[in-house]
Amino acid sequence: MYRATFKSLASRKLRLLLSALAVVLGVMFVSGSFVLTDSLGKSFDSLFATVNSNLDVQVSAKPKVEGQGDGGAPVTTLPASLTEKVAAVPGVAAATPGVYTQNARVIGKNGKVVPTVGAPQAGTDWQGENGLVELRSGRGPAAAGEVAIDAALAKASGYRVGDRIGVLTLKPKKTFTVVGIFGYSGNRDSLGGSQLTAFTLPVAQELLLGEKDAVSVIDVVAADGVADTALRDDIRAAVGSDYQVRTGKETADAQAAELKTFLNFFTYVLLGFAGVALFVGIFLILNTFSMLVAQRTRELALMRAIGASRGQVIGSVLLEASVIGLVASVLGLGAGVGVGAAIAAFFSSFGGTNLDLAIGVPPAAVIASFAVGLGVTLVAATVPAIRASRIPPVAAMRDAATPDKPLTAITACGAVVLLAGATAMGFALTGNASLWLLMAGVLLAFIGVALLTPIISRPVVSLLGRLLAWSVPGQLGRRNSARNPRRTAVTAGALMVSIALVTGVSTILASATTSISKSVEKTLQADLVISGQQTGPTPPTFDPAVVDKAAALPGVRRVAALYRSMGTANGDQTFFGAVSDMDAVRHVLGLQAASGSVDSLGAGQLVVDEGTAKNRGLTVGEKVEVQLPRGDATEYTVSGIYQKNDASNGILLPADAVENFTVPAPTMGMIQLAPGADAGAVRGSMDRLLADSPEVTVADRSAFVEQQTAAFDQILVFIQILLALAIVIAVLGIINTLALSVIERTREIGLLRAIGLRRSQTMRMITVEAVVISVFGTLLGIVVGVGLGGAVVRALKDEGFTSFALPWSQIAIYLVAAAVIGVVAAILPAIRAARLNVLQAISYE
Amino acid sequence: MVAVPWEMLVGPWWPHDYWGGPVGAPTNVSGEIAARAVDVWKIYGYGKGDAQVNALAGVSVEFRRGQYTAIMGPSGSGKSTLMQCMAGLDSIHSGEVWIGGTEVGKLGDKGLTELRRDKVGFIFQQFNLLPTLTAEENITLPLSIAGRKPDPVWMKTIVDTVGLGDRLKHRPTELSGGQQQRVACARALVGRPEVIFADEPTGNLDSRSGTEVLSFLRNSVREFGQTIIMVTHDPVAASYADRVIFLADGQIVDEMTDPTAEAVLDRMKVLDTHAAVAG
Repeated sequence: MYRATFKSLASRKLRLLLSALAVVLGVMFVSGSFVLTDSLGKSFDSLFATVNSNLDVQVSAKPKVEGQGDGGAPVTTLPASLTEKVAAVPGVAAATPGVYTQNARVIGKNGKVVPTVGAPQAGTDWQGENGLVELRSGRGPAAAGEVAIDAALAKASGYRVGDRIGVLTLKPKKTFTVVGIFGYSGNRDSLGGSQLTAFTLPVAQELLLGEKDAVSVIDVVAADGVADTALRDDIRAAVGSDYQVRTGKETADAQAAELKTFLNFFTYVLLGFAGVALFVGIFLILNTFSMLVAQRTRELALMRAIGASRGQVIGSVLLEASVIGLVASVLGLGAGVGVGAAIAAFFSSFGGTNLDLAIGVPPAAVIASFAVGLGVTLVAATVPAIRASRIPPVAAMRDAATPDKPLTAITACGAVVLLAGATAMGFALTGNASLWLLMAGVLLAFIGVALLTPIISRPVVSLLGRLLAWSVPGQLGRRNSARNPRRTAVTAGALMVSIALVTGVSTILASATTSISKSVEKTLQADLVISGQQTGPTPPTFDPAVVDKAAALPGVRRVAALYRSMGTANGDQTFFGAVSDMDAVRHVLGLQAASGSVDSLGAGQLVVDEGTAKNRGLTVGEKVEVQLPRGDATEYTVSGIYQKNDASNGILLPADAVENFTVPAPTMGMIQLAPGADAGAVRGSMDRLLADSPEVTVADRSAFVEQQTAAFDQILVFIQILLALAIVIAVLGIINTLALSVIERTREIGLLRAIGLRRSQTMRMITVEAVVISVFGTLLGIVVGVGLGGAVVRALKDEGFTSFALPWSQIAIYLVAAAVIGVVAAILPAIRAARLNVLQAISYE
Repeated sequence: MVAVPWEMLVGPWWPHDYWGGPVGAPTNVSGEIAARAVDVWKIYGYGKGDAQVNALAGVSVEFRRGQYTAIMGPSGSGKSTLMQCMAGLDSIHSGEVWIGGTEVGKLGDKGLTELRRDKVGFIFQQFNLLPTLTAEENITLPLSIAGRKPDPVWMKTIVDTVGLGDRLKHRPTELSGGQQQRVACARALVGRPEVIFADEPTGNLDSRSGTEVLSFLRNSVREFGQTIIMVTHDPVAASYADRVIFLADGQIVDEMTDPTAEAVLDRMKVLDTHAAVAG
């Protein structure tokens, strides 16, 4: 029995490998994500161990608002005088105050901020060369107008010693002379891709911290023979519980841990790839095994006739599947290690990241690869295996395969599963939005639709076929695609999944774009908008002085500026807005009072939107304790509650709160013109006013909408690339199905050729079948995707998804692509069919 | 195993110039001849000596228009090979095959395809109908492929003759074996081909269905002047033909006109014995 299984495997190596390819790809992404995370994680560990190698204990302030101190750069400061207190602790050899923040953006030669690959654009005070910092040329800054920059920044910007450079900090652009360029120990240009600008201590305090006599950290070196942990405890006792005291190792671990959270993003992306590839792979394997079982009906029946039990038949099919799963897992694991290592290598050298690369293959990668690879293959092969066991022994004596069973059971099953999926999605989207429940719902919905596909395929395929089949070969192809609804359905199902996902995302993004553009049209009463796109950790801001200058320009009626910062309200973390001029903001955003007054905002007052007020239980006159990243907690009184508004929500504070914001500069400006004013002239003046604020631009409303939605296009391209892979797998599935169909129908093709079908006509027949299948799968995917997208949009109606829009142009592209995919998938099977030897084909058993 | 005939080594003696092709063979075919083979050789196997098998060893035969010919012979005598070579389904190593005024050997794949489509009809032992098409669509398939419409009068005549009038909308799986074979016969006739080749048409049928099919084939010769070449090993089937050709070891060894089943059976017995001795 099992020898027969291996013989059968050996004789179908290529075909089985083709269907196993989907599993290989899926496993590759699973193991790749593990390898990447592990390798980059190790690199970060080693990086921060290096950075903190001179450090035994570090004292820093506890952040006033969580999430404001990323990458070990707290906004909250400590008094410089604390240094003496720390230095006095027994066992301290040296205590050095230091400034380090992530808000020093250097303006490059092109007038734009020099970009990083998401890494910090940091500023510090110059502490001279030490074990970590090494001067490459020039000297350290000694006067207020001097800076030194690290080699990564010098390379990215092209600046050299002696150049004058503009730097944006908490304050608007200031100009400095580069006096030195430094690198790091081990000949690194950068620490993990970040760019660092070093100022003199007073300048760093003023520009980076906004406070004199304040520092970010106090670095402590222990005297010989003093243990780090003991010293940490002593210092903690000396400075009190208001400060954070950590050993060098703890600091390194904390810093690495923060960077590793950003690695999770890659893990999710790769696991997303893996999930889609494996899900589509299930369809492919299911179909291949179903067809192989159908082809081997006689052989399996013979085995049953000569005494094999049902269990043995199931066992033999599953054994075949597990061999394939095993081979695919091994190949996938190998490929995954390669891909993970390649991406890790890319990141460790990309943009001057200069990470030490240590490729690690964690045991979890190996275990997950085999579990996923074997599991998926076996699950997919179960249905065909059971079907094989149901072949009656008498089928060995019969000529043709038994006709297909009716589709009632599968259809009923599909309806139930679809309903369950829809319910799960409904709960996830309306109630407490749980991502897992949503994903389970989407998965169930896909399976449900896949089970319903055979019954749908009959009418749809026949209709599609009619459109495509104007010639005799076309009609033959059409009938072939309709003759086995299950097979057509599974083949099309693989394509359906990928197309549905990409269409769903497109629908959501199209709806978001339309919603944004409509709400801007409706509520934003500004003729010109000043804003920028955030690319680094610091949001784009502009010089606050521009606001008053703009208001003074001829033709300008009102100017409103908005500031944003994280903070806590009564202890809960939230975003705060601050306004330059409440009256102007109210007019420009069209805010209407629901209760109290929103006409003006005095000191110690705040306004809030209806929704937030309801959620937090705020009423007019109530007091709210607000803690911002700087300064002490302050009590504000709710002076007004404004009606639901598409352009603004949350708490708005008066202008005097801005000094305690993370960045005390406006993130958005809105200009209303006087009637009859020359918009072009005002815009030109604004461009000149904003020359020193390169992070933002002035745009009219439609350009502003485009700016706001530009990120959507990037998301869409990303999703399309992700799913192109799944589509490739689906194409493999169509090729596989057609190739097996051609073999099954050898005699028919032989007959057609014998009675005069030309080779070209034979190829056309196969091509029509492929195109019908792929267009069917795509149509189904578009319907399902629009349904999924529509459900999400509807559920998020209160989050600002006010309109539902269909991505027509993308739908059209997908349909055209489907036809092309069909033609491409048909090439090999069609050539094979056309090359059949007529005589052998007719007598083929 | 059949020994290599000496002709293979020195070349056949008449009318063949081994290097120059047949001598004096007519290039045009008289209207009376629907198909003919001239000194056809077909060799299987690529080795030398015993590894080679002469499926056809210099077969020359003519099939007159409106004649019903049966080709008989023991297994391995080359009867199916002869039919397949005549029909342009298989290639030959030397000699000529003519269908009407067309030399089959000179045609490429496209030419062969059109020859089969327009000038030849087939009936197979396995019926070979397309399961996705109805009986009627199966019948008109060769015309559809050629992009022609069936002549309704002729279509009706055929359908009436094969007696399928009420089953035209059925799929092959809904028809009995005899009905399927009658559909195949109608399909072969519908294009009024020069020749119909039938390969063991009754091989898969019970005797009653077989008789129906054979009568129908004979009637189509009598009434429509159709030319039919049928390969069979059944003496009863052969007795429906006007003429029987006997093949053994790839050569024509005998011929019989207006055969009876008994006479054919007697002749076959001799051939079978001969084959058994030779084998």
